[in-house]
Amino acid sequence: MNLEYTPEQRAFRMEVREWMEANVPKEPLPSFDLTREGFEAHRDWERKLNEGRWGMVTWPEELGGRGLDLIRWLIFEEEYYRANAPTRVNQNGIFLLGPTMMEFGTPEQKAKYLPSMAAGDIVWAQAWSEPSAGSDLAGVRSTCTREGDEYVLNGQKIWSTRAVYADWAFGLFREPGSERHKGMSLILFPLDAPGVTRRAIERMDGEKVFAEIFLDNVRVPVSDRLGGEGEGWKVCMATAGFERGLLLRSPARYQEAVRKLIALYERHKHDLPASVGERVARSWMDADAYALTIYAMCSRLAAGGTIGPESSTNKIFWSELDLALHETALDILGPRAELMKSAPDAGDVDGWLDGHIFALAGPIYAGSNEIQRNIIAERMLGLPRA
Amino acid sequence: MEFAFTEDQRAITEAARDMLIESCTPADLRRLLETNTAVDAARWETIREMGLLAMCAPEDAGGLGMGPVDLVGIAEAAGYVGLPEPLIEQAGVVVPLLAGLDNDKGWLERVLGGETVAIGHPVNPFVADADNAGALLLGHGDELHLVARADVTLVQQESFDAFRRLFRVDWQPSPATQVGSGWGDTAERGALLAAAQLVGIGQRAIDMSVAYAKDRQQFGKPIGSYQAVKHLAANAQVKVEFARPVVHAAAAELSLGTLAGRARLAHAKIVSGEAADLATRNAIQIHGAMGITWEVDLHFFVKRALALRYAWGTSASHFETVLERMTSLPTGTDYTFASEVA
Repeated sequence: MNLEYTPEQRAFRMEVREWMEANVPKEPLPSFDLTREGFEAHRDWERKLNEGRWGMVTWPEELGGRGLDLIRWLIFEEEYYRANAPTRVNQNGIFLLGPTMMEFGTPEQKAKYLPSMAAGDIVWAQAWSEPSAGSDLAGVRSTCTREGDEYVLNGQKIWSTRAVYADWAFGLFREPGSERHKGMSLILFPLDAPGVTRRAIERMDGEKVFAEIFLDNVRVPVSDRLGGEGEGWKVCMATAGFERGLLLRSPARYQEAVRKLIALYERHKHDLPASVGERVARSWMDADAYALTIYAMCSRLAAGGTIGPESSTNKIFWSELDLALHETALDILGPRAELMKSAPDAGDVDGWLDGHIFALAGPIYAGSNEIQRNIIAERMLGLPRA
Repeated sequence: MEFAFTEDQRAITEAARDMLIESCTPADLRRLLETNTAVDAARWETIREMGLLAMCAPEDAGGLGMGPVDLVGIAEAAGYVGLPEPLIEQAGVVVPLLAGLDNDKGWLERVLGGETVAIGHPVNPFVADADNAGALLLGHGDELHLVARADVTLVQQESFDAFRRLFRVDWQPSPATQVGSGWGDTAERGALLAAAQLVGIGQRAIDMSVAYAKDRQQFGKPIGSYQAVKHLAANAQVKVEFARPVVHAAAAELSLGTLAGRARLAHAKIVSGEAADLATRNAIQIHGAMGITWEVDLHFFVKRALALRYAWGTSASHFETVLERMTSLPTGTDYTFASEVA
């Protein structure tokens, strides 16, 4: 056990820091969920990252990455959040579809899709959930009908994050007549293909964070199926493992948020009861505990280990940590917590309310926390299924 | 940067853990209770023979020269089995303290040989296992005294945990008993190893809950198939999973001797206590009325969790350390590890 960075790791941190300091936009970019302009501004940022070869540092060089190990990935993320760099508009691509394609994709698929993903040229959305298939994902009803070298896609998808402006989606479809976990395939399709209709869903703050996707006889080549025909469930579960376990929420995200929370607390602590300090400290401890857990997980993976159902404990922990830290921030702001940033006397409300609204969704997306608790109970602890 | 145990560390921990699980069963704890003793002589001899007491002793004193990282997994195993013998405090606290003295009056060798020295650190008002000890390390102001068992008067303080034998120690310091000044990092070592045991206790409570919930039937099904029960166990497991790496980091960072290292330790003690508390409370809930009985073995772990939670510093005192570090030293993405903080 050695909890110190090597000189090479420190040098890498400084390299990332210098690049971020020179390149991160001085003003925050406009939201990618409100306007096409905001979305494209984020795509431009992805292109700039890719020019610096920072798009996805763990990927092999020939696919647009740097072939770096997971400890360097964590250091990159730490510097990324420290620099307050823009949120990755292509996170569904680079963090979910990308690793899945590394595992299940053909060489042709990797060459076709991964470099453009790392470059931000194709921004991806996930098309899994349906109106009747949320937590019970095996209840998916959208179909893929094989016709020669093509699939014909039909059905309806919902809660597709970023799909309002994204370019392509990876969707879960089933062979007509198949049931539950059998007969499903993961299929890639362009969101501007004939027969695709998108309808934005507004969040409570008006941001168009998701879309519904309607598919009416959408034709795609069979070569755009990821993984074996009928093996979509297995492929999706691997993706979900990446999502919950490691890639979706970097510890650095919460460590940077807590650093701001501590600054907020320091500015106001003379007007606050002592108990608030303990709550701030708890968020600081939780963010560091999450970071330590991920460092330990990366050390285990580097030694040839795998991510198992314990990834579900991560998802519960970060989503609850995010809620608690935002609640503490709002409590410090008190009567100003409800103010929009545009209010004349908003003062230092900053993004705490936006962050809180987003945190409310944390226990729901990427598999609700209730489902995660079932997974922990059944697959980690061995309790019987219902 | 490598946040993992070595193969050697894993092998030693596993050997010790296997021995403890096989030897220290709840039935064995009940047998000891009936004879009103807190030490199983045969197990203590096995512990000594395996070299566990000497792990953290210097090599020139016949030890293995190891540190808290090497011992932390064994401490978790000791918590997991509810070990009544003072293996962890002797090996992890007493031995390093004696090894640091100019004149240990021969006690380091005697402890490595299986005798025990009790510790009266001021953070714990009552001295554990003092009746079985050959000598006591006691504080008088800043002075450290090594006092023979015969030279103190013990007044037993009955604990809820019958294996915790606590005593008020009445004694008189003299120049002849003084062996040094200052406790060094004794409190940190004690808190670290209590934290590791608490993680083990939490895991044991969960494992007992799972076994019971698979077996116990209501409405024609095992109660463990109901989500309300599953989620009690899962919530406890989340707490344990996010306490364990903090304890491991605290072990690795203890030798830094900095505020950042002490704050990690404080963090570890706080969250391991909370994990053990939630796991034991949820275990009682899952066991239903059986959970609060003498008949079910859960109470051994409920009691030890409660005792260790308040031993070696309460959460309130540890929060002060965390707050001091948080507000006086830098925080953020590049300050995860104590070595990064001056």
